[in-house]
Amino acid sequence: MSLRIEHLGGRALCEDLGRPGHAHLGITGSGAADRASLRRANALVGNRPGAAGIEIVGTLEVRAEAGVMIALAGAQTRAATVLAAGERMSVPFPQRGLRTYLAVRGGLATARTLGSAATDTLSGLGPAPLRAGDVLAIGRDLGDLRTVGDGSGAGDGAGDGAGATDGAGDDTAGGTPLPGPLLMLSVHPGPRADWAEDLGVLFAGEYRVGEESDRVGTRLAGAPLARARAGDAGELPSEGLVRGSVQLPPSGLPVIFGADHPVTGGYPVIAVLTGAAADALAQARPGQAVRFRRTGAW
Amino acid sequence: MSPARILPCGPTALLVEVDRGGGQRATPADLAVALHERDGAGLLGDVVPAARTVLVTFAPGAGGVVRRLIGETLAGLDGDGAGAARAAGALVTIPVRYDGPDLAEVARRSGLTAAEVVSRHCAPTYVAEFIGFAPGFAYLGGLDPALRLPRLESPRTRVPAGAVGIAGDYTAVYPRPSPGGWLLLGTTTMTLFDLAEDPPTPLRAGARVRFEAIG
Repeated sequence: MSLRIEHLGGRALCEDLGRPGHAHLGITGSGAADRASLRRANALVGNRPGAAGIEIVGTLEVRAEAGVMIALAGAQTRAATVLAAGERMSVPFPQRGLRTYLAVRGGLATARTLGSAATDTLSGLGPAPLRAGDVLAIGRDLGDLRTVGDGSGAGDGAGDGAGATDGAGDDTAGGTPLPGPLLMLSVHPGPRADWAEDLGVLFAGEYRVGEESDRVGTRLAGAPLARARAGDAGELPSEGLVRGSVQLPPSGLPVIFGADHPVTGGYPVIAVLTGAAADALAQARPGQAVRFRRTGAW
Repeated sequence: MSPARILPCGPTALLVEVDRGGGQRATPADLAVALHERDGAGLLGDVVPAARTVLVTFAPGAGGVVRRLIGETLAGLDGDGAGAARAAGALVTIPVRYDGPDLAEVARRSGLTAAEVVSRHCAPTYVAEFIGFAPGFAYLGGLDPALRLPRLESPRTRVPAGAVGIAGDYTAVYPRPSPGGWLLLGTTTMTLFDLAEDPPTPLRAGARVRFEAIG
């Protein structure tokens, strides 16, 4: 069974929930940028939450080579649809949001690297980005058919322990809310919050998502944060960092690391997004207005 | 040992600052080994040693328990934990052809001949302190002080796999092609990162490494 990519306008990547546990080897977790939406798309076709699907930025048309069940979640939601051999499905450019996840029942049978089919755009590990003409084999990684819903959020998705391991705080039934005119990002304290001279600046103003943002990081434009004086002439030896880290480079303009973040970094991390905020940010287009708000133990 | 600090790092991680510049015996690599040994319950996801810290990730809600685990492990390190990483490390000998594009520049800046740079690079037994920056990129500590130079101001857009470089306190081999700002002394044909192998690299934290000039 397979799916052929007929047309692609933008970028399509094979993604699952990534390959955590190898950061000590310099390999980042990678996986879907908006994890809750991948989980939701999988639930809609009765897959387990981490089955491999397609992360789409732009437009895509697929053709079923044999009967398949497909659903969408994220920037667009479409309930499970069965395509007969030869039938096509188009995923148009979304009205809001950025990333749409296409899940096919059985998951994509793409070759695994360290147990995951995720494309890591930082290191190049995993499958190459998808192109028109690619024929994607579909697997038999089947989950509970009872989660197949009509797109309204009904279904027993919670029974599989979704959300237990990645702190996304995700709602498999609901997916990720798409950003409105202003996206609020909840942040916990980061390990180097004291490297910012006045953290209040981060919470006072509005920032905008920059054009140069990608799966590695989201660059923000807005009020720069000055650094406080810190020991060692302002040098911070590289240290481990996580998805959702808000890093303060010398420019003072924060960078928020995404799914393909480097495993170590030498600039201070002043705050860390919640899992849900990281998912929401993955739906933000360049130009999106964002503000930060405190959560957890500040 | 100067007291370590446990710093917040979001809802599912903590950053342990081991080296406060006090020169204590236990390294981040030692702490990483000790944490794995103590983690019978499987609480820990990633354990990422770096130059002075260890990042630890865990499931939501497990932060309190993990904090206690870290505290107990740190206390245990004051005894025979120091050097645990070193004791665990195998010796890897890497053959190098010393014909790198920056060899002459390194000689000039260090006031040595190229031959002296090579022999000083080959003399130590290095210890892989941590991996970061890219898959399999191991930071090898123990570089001769005479060879401690800053990295290039403009990194190369592409450094070939097998390139052997130095920067700051460390030396390293680029296991895969990538951008790179280190000073390149030579190349090795030895494969140091292979996803078909388990583990994919022999240069994990604690491994001991020597370089050998060939050709």
